[in-house]
Amino acid sequence: MDLIASLYTGSGYWNPLVWLIAIVVVFVIVYLIWSRGESGYKKGTLQTTPFISGNPEPEKSGVHVPGGNLYWGYTEALKGYYSRLVPLHTGRLNDYLLWYLGVTAIIMVVVVVTA
Amino acid sequence: MITDAIIANSPALLVMIPLIAAFACPFIGRISPAVRNIWVVGAMVLTAAMALLLAGEVFSSGTVVYTFGASAPGMSVPPDSGGIPVRIVFTVDAMSALMQIIGAITGLSIVLYSIAGDRRHTGLESYYTLYLLMIAGVMGMVSTGDLFNFFVFLEILSISSAGLIAYRIDRGVAVEAAVKYFVLSTIGAMVILVAIGIFYGEYDALNIAVIASRMQFTLLDQVALVLMIAALGMKCGAVPMHFWTPDAYSMAPSSITAMLVVASQASLYGLFRVVFTLYNVTLNAATVGWIIIVLGVLSMVVGVTMAIPQKDVKRLMAYHAISQTGYMLLGVGVGLAVLGNQSLLDAFGYVAMEGGIFHIINHAMYKGLLFLTAGAIFYRIGTRNLNRMGGLGHNMKYTMVFFVIGALAIAGIPPFNGFASKLMIYESVFMFNPILSIIAMVVSILTLASFVKVFHSIFMGPRLPEYADVKEAPAPMLIGMGILAAVVVLFGLFPGVVVDHLIEPAAQALVNQGAYISAVMGGA
Repeated sequence: MDLIASLYTGSGYWNPLVWLIAIVVVFVIVYLIWSRGESGYKKGTLQTTPFISGNPEPEKSGVHVPGGNLYWGYTEALKGYYSRLVPLHTGRLNDYLLWYLGVTAIIMVVVVVTA
Repeated sequence: MITDAIIANSPALLVMIPLIAAFACPFIGRISPAVRNIWVVGAMVLTAAMALLLAGEVFSSGTVVYTFGASAPGMSVPPDSGGIPVRIVFTVDAMSALMQIIGAITGLSIVLYSIAGDRRHTGLESYYTLYLLMIAGVMGMVSTGDLFNFFVFLEILSISSAGLIAYRIDRGVAVEAAVKYFVLSTIGAMVILVAIGIFYGEYDALNIAVIASRMQFTLLDQVALVLMIAALGMKCGAVPMHFWTPDAYSMAPSSITAMLVVASQASLYGLFRVVFTLYNVTLNAATVGWIIIVLGVLSMVVGVTMAIPQKDVKRLMAYHAISQTGYMLLGVGVGLAVLGNQSLLDAFGYVAMEGGIFHIINHAMYKGLLFLTAGAIFYRIGTRNLNRMGGLGHNMKYTMVFFVIGALAIAGIPPFNGFASKLMIYESVFMFNPILSIIAMVVSILTLASFVKVFHSIFMGPRLPEYADVKEAPAPMLIGMGILAAVVVLFGLFPGVVVDHLIEPAAQALVNQGAYISAVMGGA
């Protein structure tokens, strides 16, 4: 049937419907394992509060990690790269124009020389 | 009878409807906001219907040539013109039709979204006038078979876009972004006009088919080619000419940012039209192909790495838009690099081009969706700062689902549409140069990492006290997002159908320069 046609990529093929069936099978297996687990779980009891070495649990709003704190390690590790890349984004229109003209000039040299 | 007449004149109607609707909008708006909204939605529904009708005609019967003012629309070369198409000619092949479909689906979704999302603002008559002009500009750019009219529609698109970027004045920052966009766009358009002047001086013609049939690739043609590549590359946001993109995308209203994505893709279409249809094998395909590949790789890497540390959600998404444009440039660039070699073209060139072109439509859908979700969040909480967000998944569940669909699609996670086009690019580009393919895969991983951060920042965590009363986005906004999300899912589940019926004909139309020329010139 045309609708379930595979996508051929030159080296292989991809059929998302087969993938979906596989995912459904995996979910069924996961559900079966989960359903055989401990059934004594009770919401709102000590079972659901975090254990922080006996310290009191902070307010929920105080434990949210904002976006700026994520990937600190990544940007720190690539500090050398970012310290060069970010300053290029000056926000000045003159610089934008210079980049445009510079790229035009480079492409001009490459195209004309190799023609 | 009437249906036949509508289909026969659909290329003209496709531009005429949004143009007339745009100029009438300020007058209609004086009646009442409700009538104005009906007018705008009606115009957009009609435009989308025209685009889909015309696309159906093109994909079933081949290239449609429409000559303005001729006794018959198909008569592009009058008997007494010496074999030159002297009138304005629209040439709609499969590539043009694909771009029209993108404009139609995205344009309609955005209008539905805007009706709710922008209702609190003043000056909406001007807003919708400029929006409909944007639609007319995009449709004209991708339909015209004439270089001068390409320039005219590019200008219509640029001017209306600049007006809309500055729409929310926002302490002058939006106006600054609009000025930057406007200056760069105008200089780019002037450079394109110089290139068109070169063609006119050399070949006495402005029609793409005529110039293509006479192309000699002289030194002047090389200069014109470079001017076109650089200007259109800048307009589509290729690194290192991308600097205007985060400024403009982040400051425009979110609905307009989604449309700016389509506008950038219209420039990308122009770039592909120039190198494939206008020059084709006359140019040094390997050199120009590699230039486009290098621009693509730079865009992918710089775009994604600049996105990760951003704290403004729309600026972050703007850098991702640059990164995704890189995939399109990479795929189509590889196809161009092997254009003169039929065996390599058959082995992987076509698939690479199809991957790149498939990514254009996929990107328009999921990136449009992501910008609309960002707009819905801004609409409810009034900030774009990721550091000030959190826990919104408790209150905006539908928006969160739409965001997840868009985020997984852009990161290339199966079974969404982004995976299908990226897979085609990875595998075909690997056969051309494995390093390029590996870079593309690493960029996808970084994209996923970046959107995990955005998802966590906006939706995860406990309900924050300041957002305890936040409500879900209004229904029209959800409908607009829902249309795009549905396309993302459907294109992901049935990629084979999309590629067979839309993408492959578009790639063939680009490569087959002879068919384009003969469709316009006939036996002339």
